[in-house]
Amino acid sequence: MILRRFRQTQEEPARQADEPAADSELAPAVEPATDYEPRAADGQAQAVHEEPSAADYEPRAADDEPQAADYEQAVARTRQGLGSRLRSLLRGSDISDATWEEVEEALIAADVGAELAIDVVDRARRRKDVENAEAAVVAELIDLFAPRDPTPWPRIPAPGVPAVVLVVGVNGTGKTTTIAKLAHRFSTRGAKVLLAAGDTFRAAAIEQLQVWAGRISVPVIAHAAGADPSAVVYDSLDAAAARGTNVVIVDTAGRLHTKANLMDELSKIRRTINKRMPEATPEVLFVLDATTGQNGLAQARAFHEAAPLSGIVLTKLDSTARGGIAFAIEKALEVPVLFVGVGEKVDDLLDFNPNAFVEALFG
Amino acid sequence: MFDQLSDRLRGVIGRLSGRGRVTEADVDAALREVRLALLEADVNFRVVKDFLARVRERAVGAEVLESLNAGQQVIKIVHEELTTILSQGDRTFRLDGSPAVILLVGLQGSGKTTSAAKLARHVTKSGRRPMLVAADPYRPAAIDQLKTLGRQLDIPVHSAPVGTPVLDIGRTGVAEARRTGRDTLIVDTAGRLTIDEQLMAEIGDLAGALRPAETLLVVDAMVGQESVAVAQAFADAVPVTGLVLTKIDGDARGGAALSIGAVTGLPVKFLGSGERPDALEPFHPDRLSGRILGMGDVLTLVERAQETFDQKQAEQMAEKLRRNAFTLDDFLSQMQQLKKMGPIGGLLEMMPGMGGMAKQAQAAVDSGELKRVEAIIQSMTIAERQDPHVLNASRRRRIARGSGTTLQDVNRLVKQFGEMQKLMRQLSGGGGKRRGFPGLPFG
Repeated sequence: MILRRFRQTQEEPARQADEPAADSELAPAVEPATDYEPRAADGQAQAVHEEPSAADYEPRAADDEPQAADYEQAVARTRQGLGSRLRSLLRGSDISDATWEEVEEALIAADVGAELAIDVVDRARRRKDVENAEAAVVAELIDLFAPRDPTPWPRIPAPGVPAVVLVVGVNGTGKTTTIAKLAHRFSTRGAKVLLAAGDTFRAAAIEQLQVWAGRISVPVIAHAAGADPSAVVYDSLDAAAARGTNVVIVDTAGRLHTKANLMDELSKIRRTINKRMPEATPEVLFVLDATTGQNGLAQARAFHEAAPLSGIVLTKLDSTARGGIAFAIEKALEVPVLFVGVGEKVDDLLDFNPNAFVEALFG
Repeated sequence: MFDQLSDRLRGVIGRLSGRGRVTEADVDAALREVRLALLEADVNFRVVKDFLARVRERAVGAEVLESLNAGQQVIKIVHEELTTILSQGDRTFRLDGSPAVILLVGLQGSGKTTSAAKLARHVTKSGRRPMLVAADPYRPAAIDQLKTLGRQLDIPVHSAPVGTPVLDIGRTGVAEARRTGRDTLIVDTAGRLTIDEQLMAEIGDLAGALRPAETLLVVDAMVGQESVAVAQAFADAVPVTGLVLTKIDGDARGGAALSIGAVTGLPVKFLGSGERPDALEPFHPDRLSGRILGMGDVLTLVERAQETFDQKQAEQMAEKLRRNAFTLDDFLSQMQQLKKMGPIGGLLEMMPGMGGMAKQAQAAVDSGELKRVEAIIQSMTIAERQDPHVLNASRRRRIARGSGTTLQDVNRLVKQFGEMQKLMRQLSGGGGKRRGFPGLPFG
């Protein structure tokens, strides 16, 4: 099962490379409908109005995405990872304690965390159902991620109700950039996207979001700096309802997870969404900088408590950091990593692929 | 995580009660936990390896000091070694040249722009006239951000239209500073990845042209194992003179400072401890080493307390912590004061042995339990507050009635308080006073 998944990844690049961006043919202004169909480019646009089915909504369609190839290309530029020397040692038959210790260190170096690294190595050493130790380590790492849920993301609540994505995280992780990328992704697939400038605190945060929004031609609802972010959210949902928006993406101020008052503010923003739009099914997306070390878990826990998370974006994976803390977080909170950020351009956002991630970490 | 680690270290300290000399077994047992603590704090694994080898060499066979046991002795050596690394280098903040140029460099999102504003404000306190330079033409609205901050602080900001080469922005900044009589130029640059050769070369050129008195690498305290590689890459590209460790007001342990210090010898010059422009602190090596080990930091706690409530109160609190003369009254007033100070969790975690309390206390505040605690304690007589041991069943029933709570509530509070007292006694037992580290289980 594991091996099958693992092999699948390796086959994927070739298949995907052929159809790089079918959805980019979709003009932003497909139709002013309240429901939209991301596959409308295939000539099914007519069906949209007849069957406004939420189930057809698939903004995160893994199939038409250039995935593993891009991903590895993006992250492998400067990586050494475990290194080919260690990998070939692991393919041998008799593996010394020193080699296993090197594996442990390599995992620690990737920010997997000491305890989890020790645990993974222990279990990999005992594992007998794979061809060699290298496969055992890879399999143990992939097992740390839950199987990916194939349902669309974000969830579409009901016809006519916008999907709401609340983007949260500590300072400087790349929330605003990620929002621009998400908005670009959804709007190129034909969705009507609206951004809510909920970071009313940091100097020029609103301007930053507006600059991005201008580049990708997406409207922003903003109040003055210093306004109550919940009020911005409320107005944005009003606007979304009036305009027939499909996806509302809410920016929030970066906040350290240890600041109780700021975390309370976040809970309030989350409650406001429910209050204004009880029928909405908001997604709370946690933005995690891949250079973050073990503190990432404490961050995710605190955010999860303030506003239950439904997904994680791992940003700056184009740096030399490997983002190993994602394992511990997904394991502890059972919140899936959904996307990875691999650059500063609007299309530098890829679907998360556990196999590719492990390969890049380990490769 | 925090609590587990402190507990673990305490466990080791407790188990090893050997007399006389420290044995190899003692050392190895303690160092296993220290290794995990350091890795948990994001100290680079290679640095951890070298570091532990050095500690082991020093610790094996060392005389056990009278007031310490073997485990404490090892921790003491660890703490000293950590402090040594963190103390190295010249932490003076130099402002030579006219204008004196301070260049800020770092990864995206590490806090350069906020730190630039803080530094500008900082130098005004010594009578200098700073000017900020927005040399980040890439990130949308980065220039606006610096301008907004400059406006708030009433400090001029030099900028140029998007597209202007960074080198030109720097040069015209210097000229503008000279023309307008500004003696300190603080240059905010774009965040960049170390693998981006073009941008790394750009910053090298900028440093070459401006000849900064200080080139500060801004490092997020939450950064993981890559800290060393990042610092080395920046130090290769520009003559880095020190670090600004930001977001230290979170609960990250800041092992990056140790890793970078051990490998590059660069000193931490400032700590960024909040989003407000005044949240810039001088660096205390011994405090950070306590934090890295997850062993609490009473000094910082007491200091932060001083900022919030008056000096006298803070002294009393510190004194009570030291003498263990901690009554229910103190417990109550502390909870109330801590509430005023903001996030209780973070604060309690700075106190030795309080890690476990932190969550409870935070939960108590969050759930309104503080009010219940208040009511219970206020329903007690003064004698009862001084010494909860006199609380027999009938007194407890009276208190429950008086406070509108249940007997179980009263019992729970008394029990929790007893445990806390016990813990504090235990922790301040071993030579805590010798170096002005009230309550710390080591010298």
